[in-house]
Amino acid sequence: MNDLRRGLSVATAIARKDALSELRGRQAAGSTIFFAAIVLLLFGFALGPDSRRLAEAAPGLLWLAIVFGGLLTMARLHQLEADDGAFEQLALYPVDRRAIYAGKALAGAAAMLVLGGLLLPVVAILYAIPVGAAWLPLLAAVVLGAIGFAAIGTAYAGLTVRMRAREVMLPLLMLPIVAPLLLAAVKATVAALGGDPLGELGSWLQLLVAFDVIMLVVGAGTYGFLLED
Amino acid sequence: MKTRILGFVALAAVIGAAVNGLFVVPADLNQGDAQRIMYVHVASAWLAYASFGVTALAGLAYLIRRDMRLDALALAGAEVGVMFTAFAIWGGMMWGRPVWGVYWQWEDPRLTTTALLLALYVGYLLLRRLTDDPARRAARAAVVGLIAAVDIPIVHFSVIWWRGLHQGPTIGDPSKILNPSAPLQFVLALLAMLAAFTLVWVYLLIRRYQLARVEWQLEEDARRGRVAAARQVAVPSGVEEPAG
Repeated sequence: MNDLRRGLSVATAIARKDALSELRGRQAAGSTIFFAAIVLLLFGFALGPDSRRLAEAAPGLLWLAIVFGGLLTMARLHQLEADDGAFEQLALYPVDRRAIYAGKALAGAAAMLVLGGLLLPVVAILYAIPVGAAWLPLLAAVVLGAIGFAAIGTAYAGLTVRMRAREVMLPLLMLPIVAPLLLAAVKATVAALGGDPLGELGSWLQLLVAFDVIMLVVGAGTYGFLLED
Repeated sequence: MKTRILGFVALAAVIGAAVNGLFVVPADLNQGDAQRIMYVHVASAWLAYASFGVTALAGLAYLIRRDMRLDALALAGAEVGVMFTAFAIWGGMMWGRPVWGVYWQWEDPRLTTTALLLALYVGYLLLRRLTDDPARRAARAAVVGLIAAVDIPIVHFSVIWWRGLHQGPTIGDPSKILNPSAPLQFVLALLAMLAAFTLVWVYLLIRRYQLARVEWQLEEDARRGRVAAARQVAVPSGVEEPAG
């Protein structure tokens, strides 16, 4: 019990440190969100001015934008550590490695949540989607998607951060892994926006929960090996 | 020498199973000769999964035991697996064109799952190439191999579910081959091909493992050489080097 409490306080301390450095060096986080918004704008150009087609594609485009912005977010959270050699310090702390992982994943999930939360209104405006009525299931999808993406993104960013060609390796490793997350999140969003006529929303959210839990367990179990190398 | 004999046996088995699948077994009534592709397609898909299982288990064992031989086995599994996966996709596309009319059928969950599988393990191999230090490479690769193996069932399950909502044609479902309604001759031809491919698979795994060990030995020698050269510079000649 004491171990758990100690682990939690370590995790929140690391997450708070990351959040603080994000807030104080605002440029990076802001530009990631701006980047994702531009992606949404360009999807509009790519698919043409037909507003019905855009509305149909909107859930998929939203999640692709979240994934692209999320890749940058995950890379940045670890780059902050690696730039100043802080990663080695982190590895030297006499605490459970899983607590360090939990802290980094918590910070990542929070950043992803901000990203998703800010992109939703952008999608609603650009593609004329009524998000207000379905806000609760949409929020659930964004929260679960953010957790799953951060769970796997934290492990992979920790893995690639000290590698050559990390800019290309992180997306290359992560995109196929998050395919089921993308699929379930898009399906849940479609169901939520359409009023869930087939009653499938719950199943897709469950799939997201399963993905989150599995990836959190695997991430916590393997992150220690990545810290020590 | 033993491995070489195994190689010849595997080659003979593949030739035998191919002659059987091409000329002895009759063509399928509905699909014609295209159905013959299934013998190699299904066999290579199964072996691809087996390879990635080897990679995941060897990686896990490496993280526990820290034995470089286990890392060599993990590499062998991934590389042979990528080859069989690519072969399975290629066979599936060659079969899909005459039977479905398209090379790529989005409604077939196996095809899309297999494509993601290929992407996962090509990433694994690239990651290995981009890490120079052998111990680091082994640890990182083990983690990636484990995560990928955990992801495969989720991918498979979610893609089946995703497709299930707008049910597509299932005439060409590969599992139908093992359906009891399929003629025994077809089933036996598939099993013969699977046995022959398994021999090839074992042979390739052993050869790739041996090659990985030689590569590692070269790396290790080069590293030792660098350390020795550095010592020559650091320790002036005439000074006794401390023991140990």
